[in-house]
Amino acid sequence: MKNNNLKAWLYLLPAFVFIGAFLVYPLIDVLIYSFEEGYNFASQTYFGTGGYNYSYVLHDPYFLKALKNTLILVGVTVPLSTIFSLAISVALSSIEKLRNLFQTVYFLPYVTNTLAVGLVFMILFNQTPYTPGLVNTVLGVFGVEPIDFIAGPYWAKMTVLCIYTIWVVMPFKVLILTSALASVNETYYNAARIDGTPKWRVFRKITLPMISPTLFYLVITGFIGAFKAYSDAVALFGVDLNAAEMNTIVGYVYDMLYGNSGGYPSYASAAAIILFAIVLTITCINLLVSKKHVHYN
Amino acid sequence: MKVTLKSLTKKFPSRNKKGEEVIAVNNVSLDIEDGMLIGLLGPSGCGKSTILNLLSGLLKATDGQIFFGDDDVTGLPPESRGVGLVFQNYALYPHLTVRQNITFPLENRRGKDKLTRDEMNEMALETARLVQIDTLMDRKPSELSGGQQQRVAIARALVKKPKILLLDEPLSNLDARLRLQTREEIRRIQRSTGITTVFVTHDQEEAMSISDLIVVMRDGIVQQVGKPQEVYDNPANLFVAKFLGTPPINVFNGEVRDGKLYIGDEAILDTSLDNCEVDVAIRPEGFELSENGGLTCELSRVEVMGRDVSIVATHTAAHTPTIRAIIDSDNVISTDSVRFDIKPSKMFVFDKSGNKLTL
Ligand SMILES: Nc1ncnc2c1ncn2[C@@H]1O[C@H](COP(=O)(O)OP(=O)(O)O)[C@@H](O)[C@H]1O
Ligand SMILES: [Mg+2]
Repeated sequence: MKNNNLKAWLYLLPAFVFIGAFLVYPLIDVLIYSFEEGYNFASQTYFGTGGYNYSYVLHDPYFLKALKNTLILVGVTVPLSTIFSLAISVALSSIEKLRNLFQTVYFLPYVTNTLAVGLVFMILFNQTPYTPGLVNTVLGVFGVEPIDFIAGPYWAKMTVLCIYTIWVVMPFKVLILTSALASVNETYYNAARIDGTPKWRVFRKITLPMISPTLFYLVITGFIGAFKAYSDAVALFGVDLNAAEMNTIVGYVYDMLYGNSGGYPSYASAAAIILFAIVLTITCINLLVSKKHVHYN
Repeated sequence: MKVTLKSLTKKFPSRNKKGEEVIAVNNVSLDIEDGMLIGLLGPSGCGKSTILNLLSGLLKATDGQIFFGDDDVTGLPPESRGVGLVFQNYALYPHLTVRQNITFPLENRRGKDKLTRDEMNEMALETARLVQIDTLMDRKPSELSGGQQQRVAIARALVKKPKILLLDEPLSNLDARLRLQTREEIRRIQRSTGITTVFVTHDQEEAMSISDLIVVMRDGIVQQVGKPQEVYDNPANLFVAKFLGTPPINVFNGEVRDGKLYIGDEAILDTSLDNCEVDVAIRPEGFELSENGGLTCELSRVEVMGRDVSIVATHTAAHTPTIRAIIDSDNVISTDSVRFDIKPSKMFVFDKSGNKLTL
């Protein structure tokens, strides 16, 4: 028994070392930085300890803006992208012809470089002296005044960012959901058919519960991914996100570390820890809610 | 409800482009009287499930017709046919409790058939009592034994009072003891509801023990229809003879020469058949030890199984390496070779293409 325990620990050691060195240690380090005021990388010195960094970050209008942006992004894109991908996957599963073609089409964004996709979105939304952009042209048909999506009002930019994010995260979800749908045993559907179950009820009472573990996985990773959003905003609005009012929390952390205003590792750490706390809370809530609604067989 | 199949055929398109299509059910005609339990019997892949699925409407017939009573239901979708189907793997919804599983079909009713929650629960409980699972109503399927799951599946099929109950290999997932118990149970439930039932199995013993009528199938074609004992005592062809009975029937190469039937060099009995090669099939209980019996076999071993003694022997003309004879246990065997008399009623003769010959 003792021997076995020793062996078990030995086998676990590589994982522990990696997680310890690259996850736990940095996390603790960041936590420590976040309480050390005015830490300086070069001299490795700081003035004192306390909660000042948090107070600064929480009063910093740039951080609050980034927090607001991130929350909107999460609140809009996670539910919408999940619902859209579910709808697309269900549609894909119910067609036979051309399914592979459509599956490939829906998967393309996943293998396309973020910045390339950003460029495409610029072409779709950007106004130039020569053209109002494709989207504006289409909107114009319905009598809508041209909108400057890239450098215009806040809501317009936020809309583009949300659409972009949804579009970028959907392929993966569609892929996972189509395979989850395909793995639901056909006989459940046959049993339901014999009992004359309406389509909608089959979906709600059989399909949804059966794929609920997958759906739950997508929601959790979706939340985490959306909270960590940064590169998408850069792809659309360039590196000076503060000027564009489109910064995210991760963007704020980056700016504090390396940006034009960089060199504030303490503030960066505090912001990172706040983000960590938020994500942790949301994930815990997700787990609690899932207890009731997710069915593992 | 009386069920009639008229020249029913189901072809599946071939899986690859060039291959031939699969004829899963080939020109099957069948009359099932009201209230009967019929056993659809045959080896795996002979089209039993396909027939059930045609009856339930999950599959569309390629040709032929199906009547429930006097109504042609061939073109009706499953939900309009009023059948209850118990799937081989039960297909219980794993996330629903037993009660929710049983009420599931009732909740689909709309319009004037719509039931209140109380009515549904009442009906579910009533059906659960019939199959004796009324104490398990709040469990999930994963918390039930195989036999209990099987009963829930039957209850779910019965709760909507179907005209016809279809069971697809309902016992194949149960262990031997439970299988025996459950098949009695199915018989009891069928008797007490009087519902016309089609029971699919590849296990001949199972089919023989509970069916009013058995239908033996092979490669989509019906080989024989009849009461279990009749089919056993009077198989239409070699396939049916070999398929029914445990231990299986013993088959020998035989020959008709000058009005006598030979196995090897020994003449077994007189016959009016013309000279030809034949297969002679003898049920294990068709042998009788006899000092000067007509058939001589080399003894391999003797297995005593309670009341009966099973003699395992070899014979050069046998199709199988060993043959098996079952005799009463008060016979004592001490020699290396045994001689048997053959009971004519337990022996069948077939031509080389498997058709039955009358002696
Ligand atoms: N959906 C299908 N497509 C093609 N062939 C099928 C299909 N379903 C069954 N078959 C074929 O039809 C034959 C009968 O199958 P089935 O009715 O399931 O046999 P059983 O239930 O007697 O074991 C088999 O040869 C099987 O391969
Ligand atoms: Mg089958």
